[in-house]
Amino acid sequence: MKLTVQDLNSHYGPAHILFDIGFEVGDGEVVALLGRNGAGKSTTFRSIVGLVAQRTGRITFEGKDVSAKPTHEIVREGLGYVPEERRIFTDLTVEENLEVGRQPKRPNAPHWTREKLFTLFPNLGEMKNRPGGRMSGGEQQMLTIARTLMGNPSLVLLDEPSEGLSPKIVEQMVDAILTMKKEGVSIVVSEQNLHFARLISDRAYIIERGRICFGGTMAELDARPDIRDAHLSL
Amino acid sequence: MAFYVVQFLTGLASAASLFLVASGLSIIFGVTRIVNFAHGAFYMIGAYIAFTLTERFSGAFGFWGGVVAAALAVALIGVLVEMVLLRRIYHAPELFQLLGTFGLTLIVEDLVVLIWGPDDLVGRRAPGFKGAVDFFGQNIPSYDLFLIVLGPVVLGILWLLFQRTRWGVLVRAATQDRDMVAALGVNQKWLFTSVFAVGVFLAALGGALQIPRDAVHHAMDLRIIVEVFVVVVIGGLGSIVGAFVAAVLVSELNAFGILIFPKISIILVFLVMAVVLIVRPWGLFGKPEAAARKTPGLSVNPWRPLTSNERLGSLAALVIAAMLPLFAGNYALTVGSEIAIFVIFAISLHFLMSVGGLASFGHAAYFGLGAYGVAFLAKMAGLPMIVCLLLGPLLGCMGAAVFGFFAVQLSGVYFAMLTLAFAQIVWSIAFQWVSVTGGDNGILGVWPASWAASPSHFYWLALGVAALVTIALRIAVFSPFGYALRATRDSVLRSEAVGINAKRIQWTAFVIAGTTAGIGGALFAYLKGSVFPDNLGISLSVDALVMVLLGGVETVSGGVVGAIVYKALNIWLVSQTDLSKLVLGGFIVLIVVVFPKGIVGMLEILAQRRRKSSPPGSSLLAKPIESAE
Repeated sequence: MKLTVQDLNSHYGPAHILFDIGFEVGDGEVVALLGRNGAGKSTTFRSIVGLVAQRTGRITFEGKDVSAKPTHEIVREGLGYVPEERRIFTDLTVEENLEVGRQPKRPNAPHWTREKLFTLFPNLGEMKNRPGGRMSGGEQQMLTIARTLMGNPSLVLLDEPSEGLSPKIVEQMVDAILTMKKEGVSIVVSEQNLHFARLISDRAYIIERGRICFGGTMAELDARPDIRDAHLSL
Repeated sequence: MAFYVVQFLTGLASAASLFLVASGLSIIFGVTRIVNFAHGAFYMIGAYIAFTLTERFSGAFGFWGGVVAAALAVALIGVLVEMVLLRRIYHAPELFQLLGTFGLTLIVEDLVVLIWGPDDLVGRRAPGFKGAVDFFGQNIPSYDLFLIVLGPVVLGILWLLFQRTRWGVLVRAATQDRDMVAALGVNQKWLFTSVFAVGVFLAALGGALQIPRDAVHHAMDLRIIVEVFVVVVIGGLGSIVGAFVAAVLVSELNAFGILIFPKISIILVFLVMAVVLIVRPWGLFGKPEAAARKTPGLSVNPWRPLTSNERLGSLAALVIAAMLPLFAGNYALTVGSEIAIFVIFAISLHFLMSVGGLASFGHAAYFGLGAYGVAFLAKMAGLPMIVCLLLGPLLGCMGAAVFGFFAVQLSGVYFAMLTLAFAQIVWSIAFQWVSVTGGDNGILGVWPASWAASPSHFYWLALGVAALVTIALRIAVFSPFGYALRATRDSVLRSEAVGINAKRIQWTAFVIAGTTAGIGGALFAYLKGSVFPDNLGISLSVDALVMVLLGGVETVSGGVVGAIVYKALNIWLVSQTDLSKLVLGGFIVLIVVVFPKGIVGMLEILAQRRRKSSPPGSSLLAKPIESAE
């Protein structure tokens, strides 16, 4: 297993957010974490990379227990994180944003260079010196993903990559994620959009009110419209 | 004409050191969000170490090598400070960080005197730059010309460092979003440490380069830090270019202000700063700050008025305090009066900080203005004591009304720096305007009227006023005004959305706090029989802050307890040791690291634990609500 999460519990102050979250991701797999707004998808990701201080449980990445490590060490193990709010550095140019993400080559993960990323996201190649603050939402979303890939991760946590993007950009995003998969990157993608998730994922988990309430292949999920209606539809 | 050109060049030369120190402060703040009060102290140590090294090693190599080695040595000290102290308080509210680094400054001030002695030290001239250049009959020291060139060179080097190196890119990224930088695999700890080292290096270099121009002395830290605060407020925190432009501006204003207002040249700088703040509250080259981090509380306990038992307890404490003259001698009564006066001073700041969320670092200005108000009325107008006591605080009120208007336009660290700068300006006026204030000699002979002259009578007066002021401020906390003020503290935006005029409410609170402090100052003038510039100095402002933090900033009346404990301790310490700053500084650092909740805050937590363990049903309500930070 690439990533195993067991009994993950997280708190924000006195509020208990995640309850015994558990899931796993195989080598080269794309796994969707589905759920409505506020279900706990982002908190799950933030807890895995150590950005939530109050968390318990066991997180194993490539056989190593990383639950007690600080954020930057977890990321340096090859576990990349693309946050939901994009959070690009608006004062920095595209190239400088990529530079912040740069980490050394890793033996068990694909190696990304600027040039390779500019072929994956051609828009970015055309605006190398533009400050991040003067890019469209879709371009910013591409830059966040490219920036994380500069760290040569073997697994990427992608938090709602399709949120707020136009259908055309979403299509490009699907292509990019499939290319990443082909290169051998394992991916966990959180989504509210089941249609988008179906295009890219091998398996899915559903999270509701901080608890995992379904886990299975996309075909198994399609066979259970009751579950889909209860936890995903608006 | 030539004279003005030379004056202009002198201003440019002074700007070099100011720019070095200010850019260091700016860089450190940008990444770590710490306003490093100790920056002036690092500047001073840089000058002292450079003095020693350049005395020891002769020749050009000895001088220039000594200057650079001194800056490097101080940077190393900075690294130690960062690793041992600052790493523990990065997550504390800004106020505690400012206070912690202030504690460091106090420690350094005493250490410097211990090592190098109290006298001014005159350093060597720089080899190669000993002469002067003739300019139409006016002399310009060639070292000044060197400094004029150095400023832009350093600006260029810093620009390259930040634009052209990976380190610079990481620093700029961290300035914007620290967590995201960590989430991309960058070790923040070492990034912070290296940034701190660079910032301290710049400060120390600024100090070391001053030795051929100015004598090295143990008060140079406070002088520079106030100027640096003014520079970064004008230029915009976090902007290197802003620091450069503002350093030049401030230095030129100083150079020409001397010609226009020879007595109160600092007024000019103040006026420019006020204009800049009205037009661009975030400085000339700064960026509007995203919603500021909450300043005082780590968490907030719901406040409530005292229960009837607690009221009886407070009354009993007051009655016991009032019985002091029955068994204590005159010295104890004088100390008692002083403590009562400091209770007034402390609760006035406590009101502003805990209820308003506005941490003033220059609250002594209004205390001192109250004292000077009394002195003017009593000595110049010859009014009787009771009239002076009633009217004197109005000077504090007016000062607070003027400065408060500008200060409440800002929040967080900007507010703290601005209030500090204002207080320093008032201090400078009191110090420089000798014909009116008597300067350093102060105003003597402000004696109480016969009805209040005996120590016991004066003690009762001070105690009575302190009790009245405490009650009045508590009533204000639980009045609609107090609720509105707390709303602006917790969220300016939300309070404005329900129709509260946040700035006006905060301004009112500032004036109330300033007037109250003025009442304390008025009594203080009569207690001491004299008024000095120290009555509005930085150290008194910091005393007030320490009293508030010691009592507990998240409490309703922690200032009372904080003032009593701190003042008693302080009076005792000064009588016991010559190194009171060292001990006090250590004490402040200790409070910041170990007791961030203060005495009353600790007691409340203990009381809460007891309460929580008995009735389990109400435990949810008794839990502190964590702030959003």
